[in-house]
Parts: sequence; structure tokens; C-alpha cells
Amino acid sequence: MVRPSLHNLVPYAFFVVLVGSAGLWVDNPYYFQILSMIGIHALLALALNLLMGYAGQISLGHAAFYGIGAYASALLSARYGLSPWLALPCAMLAAGLVALVVGYPTLKLSGYYLGMGTLGIGMIVFIVFREWSSVTGGASGFVGIPPLGLGGRALLDVRSYYFLVWAVVLLALCGSQRLIRSRVGRALRSIHDSEAAARAVGIPTSRLKLQVFVLSAVMSAVAGFLYAHMVGFISPDTFSFIVSVKLVTMVVIGGMASIWGALLGAALLTLLPEVLHAFAEFEMVVYGLILMTVMIFLPQGLTRGILDIYALRRRQSERAARPAD
Amino acid sequence: MLRIRNLKCFYGRIQAVKGVSLSVEAGEMVTLIGANGSGKSTLLQSICGLMNGWQGDIRFEDRSLKGLDPPRIVRRGISLVPEGRQIFPPLSVRDNLDLGAYTLHRQGRKQEVRETLERVLTLFPVLRERARQAAGTLSGGEQQMLAIGRALMARPRLLLLDEPSMGLAPKLVSRILGTLVTLREEGLTILLVEQNARAALQVADRGYVFETGQVVLQGSAGELLEDEDVKRAYLGRDYGDFYDGKA
Ligand SMILES: Nc1ncnc2c1ncn2[C@@H]1O[C@H](COP(=O)(O)OP(=O)(O)OP(=O)(O)O)[C@@H](O)[C@H]1O
Ligand SMILES: [Mg+2]
Repeated sequence: MVRPSLHNLVPYAFFVVLVGSAGLWVDNPYYFQILSMIGIHALLALALNLLMGYAGQISLGHAAFYGIGAYASALLSARYGLSPWLALPCAMLAAGLVALVVGYPTLKLSGYYLGMGTLGIGMIVFIVFREWSSVTGGASGFVGIPPLGLGGRALLDVRSYYFLVWAVVLLALCGSQRLIRSRVGRALRSIHDSEAAARAVGIPTSRLKLQVFVLSAVMSAVAGFLYAHMVGFISPDTFSFIVSVKLVTMVVIGGMASIWGALLGAALLTLLPEVLHAFAEFEMVVYGLILMTVMIFLPQGLTRGILDIYALRRRQSERAARPAD
Repeated sequence: MLRIRNLKCFYGRIQAVKGVSLSVEAGEMVTLIGANGSGKSTLLQSICGLMNGWQGDIRFEDRSLKGLDPPRIVRRGISLVPEGRQIFPPLSVRDNLDLGAYTLHRQGRKQEVRETLERVLTLFPVLRERARQAAGTLSGGEQQMLAIGRALMARPRLLLLDEPSMGLAPKLVSRILGTLVTLREEGLTILLVEQNARAALQVADRGYVFETGQVVLQGSAGELLEDEDVKRAYLGRDYGDFYDGKA
């Protein structure tokens, strides 16, 4: 379907060069951890963007699937000694199944009600993580998650882990783009625009919404897997309501319905707290102010906003170049 | 081809369609006329699977449509041009048309999609010119052509139209209805819901008159055009008359 034109490949080339050079140049484990965290958030934002930006279905509980991926993989590998690489498909399956079961009734809702419904899912899953201590370790968390290795022996160092995370992001980027440009992506956009009209045309709206919800959950579970084995420790707070909201913010700030926007939003919202440490107790205030400013001046999100400004500049300079008008 | 027997539709406790029977034979153009709120759209929505919980019997090509969802009904060969057009404004004209062929694409019938697209673009050349433009930027008449084109993309054998003349100037109304005549001559069966009774009866073979959820009159288009009750109720103050300054 998608013909790889030069125009499409430029952002990818830029992406690969950026990720590659950062990976080779950086030499500090702390920075690697942050850069990998950006990648994990990017994966989550991409997943949520498929659901929100393209299909127009909001989820305020996406941290639940992130958490299910992390806990499932942690449990299977730490407690049952399964190789993490085998735990991964199980974690994806678990998140997908939960999404299927809760998505079926929830996606019949729309607008605020869907928001409330998914919020509820997030809460319930969070409470399960916290209260089912015998399995999840409860509020104090789950320790001793084995790190990832390749070929059974060599463990991945921070640099390789960084490359692993970003390779997964690249895969998710390409996959998302392919999906969006396909017949299914077009149908998702039609649902976003008007579900009633899409139904009238004979598009299987309920099924498509459920499918994209499950896909989004499975992608989030992969992010959970990457997080759990990178940090080695997980606790319910990493998958709380606040995190779900942050994910929504990443998508909105970056720009809905834009895969590069999801990346930008993830980078910004991951880096911002790190930079804002300097503001100490005012951190959250400054954080909030920045987000508000972006939304007031670039309500379409950063990507759209930047592209619009760029287009405006170009039109202006073109006009300037034609003094006759 | 389409046979509806004793159809009853409810919105909660409100009954919008009260035991309607009607039929459309293959190759016919049948029109359904009636005042606002008489249940015309509700009837079309029941045929397309957009209304749940109707009672009675709807058969298409001798098979019941009961319990089928809209995608399956489209696959059976029925397409709807919904009331108010319901195109997808931010999507391009081409995307809108492709969405109409969703079920064909799904079945991998690419060649047929290409042929149908060509046919639709020949039928409405303006859509070819505007293919890459956002559908929301089309004029009202062009949007109606797009809505019809989108419905045709599914290669229906029965086309249902819900007030395609709504809000259009008389010239465009005749252009749209003229297209329906062409389609019918090519063998398409058409069920046309209209408030513009005169225009509809001029192109249709037969008609049904709807009043508060019931069929009160039926007959050939010629008979209905001459009927005193119809004249008084529906033909006296027609859109056309407003435009012609006769009203
Ligand atoms: N979603 C709904 N909920 C409740 N009542 C409805 C709903 N849709 C339609 N009705 C009622 O059902 C009756 C039939 O409506 P319908 O839309 O089928 O009429 P119509 O003949 O298509 O009218 P119009 O010519 O104005 O389009 C009306 O009385 C209307 O108020
Ligand atoms: Mg109606």
C-alpha cells in the first residue's frame, strides 16, 4: 500500500541518525536511563495515539496495560524462572486479553463516558497491583526482576538496552505508519470523524475500535516489559492514574494523529521533570505552566504548530521574494 | 427484491413505524414520500441494520435481514445514502469514496474497486477534479454527489437514498434525480425517500405515501401525481414552487 517515497523516508533517516549518534556519543548510565525512558514513553504514546489520535477513542487508564505487561513479565521471569523473552509474548497476550474483555463493553461508550470507563479500568488494575500482595508484592513493589540477556548469557549493558528500546520504537513507528495509511487507518479516521456515518457506510466500527484498543494495549505491554527488565523493580505507583494522564498529555502536547508528535510529546514530558529539578518545590508549577502555554499557543500540539509556523514563514518569504504583488 | 412485512420500530416507548408493508421489485425505482417525522428515515435505518429491535419481516432477495449488522447488509448488496449526506469532512474526496468500498477491499476485490471508482468518477466528473480536496470543502450539491458515489462504491444492487434533494437548488435536484434515472436504466434498484414529492414522483415508477408511521396510500407514480389528497398534502407547496416564486 505505502510506497516508500523519499519524502516519507527523510524523518526516518533523521530519527535513525539522531538515535544512533546519541547512542554512540553518550557515555553516562544515568543519561542512557533517561533516553531509554523516553523511548518507553514514546512507545506508550504511539500506542495511545493510535487509539486517541486516529480512532478518536480516549483512554484514561492506559497505564493499566503498561502495568500488566510489566507485572506479567516480572512474575513469569522472576518467580517462575521463565526466560524474559518467553515472558514477553505471555505479557502481551495477558494485556491483549484484558483489553479484549474490558474493551468490549467499554468501547460501546463514547466521549466523557468512555473516559470514565477507562479511568475505572485503570483504577481497578492499580488496586489489584497494590492489594494482591502475595503475587505483586503490594505497595512496596516487586523486586528482583532479571535483566535481559541475549543468547542466554551476556546481559545487556545500558547502551545496548538503549538501542534495544529504540529499535522497538522504530518498529512501532513503522508499524503505526503502515497501519494509518492503510484501508484500516482510513476507516479509523472515519470513526473519529463520525461514528454514525461510518456505521451507515457499513464500516464495522465496533470491531475496529476493539481491535485498535487491543493493539494499543499490547504495545503498552511491550513498554511495560522493557521498563520492568530495565529497572529491575516495579511498584504500583509507576502505573497509577497520574501516569495514564501523563500519557494522554504526551499525545495531546505532541499533536494528536501524528506519530512523530507522539515521539516529541514523550521526549518533552520525560525530559521536562529532569530539567525542572532546579526549580525544586516549584517543579510542578513550572511544569504545568509550560503545558498550559503550549496548549494555548499551539492547541493542535507541537508538531502541527511547528509545521504551521514553518509553512507561514515560507509563505511570507515567498511573498517577500515577489515584490510585484 | 426487497419485501417488508408488518414492520414496527420503536424508540423506547415511542413507536415510529407502525406496521408497514412494502416491496420493491428488481429494476424498479420506488419512492417513499411523507411529512417530517413520519418515520421514513427510521424505515431505511431498519433495512440497513442501523436500528436495533425492529419487529416484523424484512427480506432482501428472499433472505431475511433480521439480526444482521450494517457491514453484513452492505455485503448483501444494500447501500444507504444517509440523510444529511454524512460524508467525512476532514477526509479527502478520494478517501471518502474508498471508505464506501471498505467491504470490497476487505475481500480483496481490488479490480472491482478500481472499476467502480472509474464508473463513479465518470458519473460525477466533479469528484475527479476534487479527488484530493477535503470533502468538507465541497459545495452542498457536490457533497450529495459524493455521498451517492460513496454508496455506489460498495457495488450495491439496491440503493437507498434518504432525502438527497434536501437543501439543494432545483437545478441540482434535477441533476441528482437525473443521475438516479441513469443508474436505474443501468439496472440498479432504487428506494428513494423524499419530501420533495413532485420531483420524486416524476422520476419514480411507484410510490408510497407515509403518514405517522403508516402507509396511507400507494400506487404508480402517475396515479399519485394525480391524486387529490396527495396534491393537497404534498404537491401544493413544494420546494420547487418556492424557488419558482409560485408559492
Ligand atoms: N433517536 C430517536 N429517539 C427518539 N425518537 C426518535 C429518534 N429518531 C426519530 N425519532 C422519532 O421517530 C419519528 C420518525 O422519525 P424519522 O426520522 O424516521 O422521520 P422522517 O420521516 O425521516 O422525518 P424527516 O422527513 O424529518 O427526516 C419521529 O417522531 C421522531 O421524533
Ligand atoms: Mg428523515
